[in-house]
Amino acid sequence: MSSHVRWLIFILLLALFCVWVALPDTQGIHIDTDGDGTSDLSLNVQQNLGLDLVGGLRVLLQSQLPPDAFTQEDLRTTANNVTRRVNALGVGEATVQIQGNNRILVELPGVQDPQQAIDTIQRTALLEFVDFGGLSAQAQQLVGRKILTTEQVLIQEQRQANTPETTLAPSAETSPESPEAANNGETPPAVEEQALLNPATGQPFQTVMTGAGLQAAAAGITQDGRWEIQFELTAEGGKVFGPFTGSRIGQPLAIVLDGIVLSAPSIQAQLDTGGVITGSFTEQEAKTLALQLRSGALPIPLEVISSETVGATLGQESVNLSIRAGVIGVFIILAFMTINYRVPGAAASLALLVFILLNMALFKLIPITLTLPAIVGFLISIGSAVDGNILIFERLREELRANKDIDAAVTEGFARAWNSIRDSNISTILISGVLFLFGQTPGASVVSGFAVTLALGLMLNLFTAIIVTRTFLYVLLAIFKKPAETRKWLMGI
Amino acid sequence: MFTIVEKRRWYFLFSSLIIIPGIIIMIYSVATTGRLFRLSIDFEGGSIFELRFTEAGADESGLRAVFTEFGDDNPLIQQLGQAGEYRWSVRTGFHSETETRQIQERLDILAPLDRDALRVENVSATIGQEVTQAAFVAVLVAAVIVTGFIILAFRQVPDAFRYGVCAILAMLHDVLIVSAIMSLMGLLFGWEVDALFLTAVLMIVGFSVQDTIVLFDRIRENIPKFLGEPYETIVNRSILETIHRSLTTQINVFFVIIAIMLFGGESIKQFVFILFAGLLAGSYSSIFIAVPLLVSWEKGEIPFVNRRRDLQTAEAEI
Repeated sequence: MSSHVRWLIFILLLALFCVWVALPDTQGIHIDTDGDGTSDLSLNVQQNLGLDLVGGLRVLLQSQLPPDAFTQEDLRTTANNVTRRVNALGVGEATVQIQGNNRILVELPGVQDPQQAIDTIQRTALLEFVDFGGLSAQAQQLVGRKILTTEQVLIQEQRQANTPETTLAPSAETSPESPEAANNGETPPAVEEQALLNPATGQPFQTVMTGAGLQAAAAGITQDGRWEIQFELTAEGGKVFGPFTGSRIGQPLAIVLDGIVLSAPSIQAQLDTGGVITGSFTEQEAKTLALQLRSGALPIPLEVISSETVGATLGQESVNLSIRAGVIGVFIILAFMTINYRVPGAAASLALLVFILLNMALFKLIPITLTLPAIVGFLISIGSAVDGNILIFERLREELRANKDIDAAVTEGFARAWNSIRDSNISTILISGVLFLFGQTPGASVVSGFAVTLALGLMLNLFTAIIVTRTFLYVLLAIFKKPAETRKWLMGI
Repeated sequence: MFTIVEKRRWYFLFSSLIIIPGIIIMIYSVATTGRLFRLSIDFEGGSIFELRFTEAGADESGLRAVFTEFGDDNPLIQQLGQAGEYRWSVRTGFHSETETRQIQERLDILAPLDRDALRVENVSATIGQEVTQAAFVAVLVAAVIVTGFIILAFRQVPDAFRYGVCAILAMLHDVLIVSAIMSLMGLLFGWEVDALFLTAVLMIVGFSVQDTIVLFDRIRENIPKFLGEPYETIVNRSILETIHRSLTTQINVFFVIIAIMLFGGESIKQFVFILFAGLLAGSYSSIFIAVPLLVSWEKGEIPFVNRRRDLQTAEAEI
């Protein structure tokens, strides 16, 4: 008996933990022992919702160049560029993944303006060397900030000249909304940061040269062990960069990627063919900067090969409908089990609630992104979760009808449960595996959501249908022993 | 004692009454549209626009005009929901992002578009081909797994081949029914076979085989227990022993599925409906197709198979 009590305590604690995790407001635990502002122990529990539930944008980009025209590192660099831009949009759960050898998948759940997002992603990186002359003290303060340059102004003008008139209206509409978005405190400040003008002149900063003038860039280590970035210029670049640097020795020069100042070293010498950027770089910083320089010099042009845009309202409606369907379905099962099997049915219903909590907690902990098909998979797993219990209870009934006493009948009922439940789920789990693999194809990703939640539910069911139900049944029987023995209908006969 | 398998001819007749018209529908579909099913953009590539306008003004011809402007000769336009909801679904060829945006702006002129309730999906032909290939692989792998599963389940049984074939025939019965339904719905309501349809079919296959195996297992266990009883009696007994459990477990899944069909969102209704129909067929076919087939085989009623066997025995006797 004591083992049942131990199980009961364990199950109740587990259920409590799951309730806490599954509560929509739970953000997780973040413990910061040394007070440096970053968590030393962190458990993130936020439910990721798929595009169809939260709205947003999913876009699969493919290189327009053949795969042998670039290296995997170029692709990573391009993906990094995309990540940086996507982050600048201030979307919460943005993900950027490299797929295969020439694709990048971007998911922006909850993004407000999908079209703008696609534009931002697809634009090739703009790397600029910008004149910071006369800003000696302020130059370093501008690192990491967004600035407006003459080159950006030029590109903006060209873009507007090329766009048909109709598109101007929506973009004019969206810009006034932007400051509001920044004010509600959820969006990172970088998003809507106003591009700064040159404080010395009040005009956009002067672009000296764009990334087109760069031939190559690499991180290297100096003889005294410091990291630096070596770069080479193209002939064209040298023609511009040489005279400029020659006339500005001692002045700062900014390296700007997509409007963000990456670094502002000062010019040491006239650079006609290339040079080095020195500073107090760590290895990581040096490599990143070199990568960013190269990415400006060698971007992979990307084309959209599939995309999905879902409006936010649509997503919310789907969430509401799914919750309603789920609640109704579960309620019917609970009622059916309790009416059909009485006390054992009540134990199974309690176990089913634990099963649901456990699933919901694991969706957050693993984490599993919930989509509509994923919810269907989960709901079907709820339907088959009681399958195991039914196997057990039918057996229990047979034993009780043969006039065994309750304890013996219960023991007998659970005796072969494990094998039969495993056997009756195995083909579905195997098929789920096939479906999961099928869902790895970018175009069929909805399928994997369904397969994952279904398989997870079926596997958890091995635990809940047997151990949890048995524990609850023993506890209920301990409480209702007398009535259960005298009134057989309580045991479902 | 109930007599179940004794009425097997009726079950075969009943299933034929569903499957034969189903096959005719599929043939009709191939004859008129050139294919068995309508394929969704998942497989074919293309774009789908799910639109909601905030007020009246957009009608089918208006929508058609807009899409024709963007090079779609024959967009598939369907009204969704009730008339007062101004919801439409338009299926077209593949559009780039830029075109997608221009199309929306043109649609805005017809009637104001609710952009928060918009769904646009663009799938290029490349991705469609990949999904198609992956689908074939998935079907192949599933077939191998199911066959392997059946072989494993009956590995030590006499006449294992017979059990296996009957289980597979019952499964094909379910797949045929679901395919016929899909073909019919495609002709009537423009339903399209997408990645989720394939998912439903594979699930149905899994459930169907599982169900049959549980039943066959019981028959196998009961044969030595009730030696001397007629085969049909043993089989009837096995069905009765498992039917209760089989129905009760299915019922719970059906509760959930019906709840989703009635109260869940529109976009998964098709998937859930197919799943429902398939599981229903699967439960039916285990009892009323797989087992009766087994009995018919045992009693030598299957014309082609049994005649050949008679010949073999005859030869052996000579």
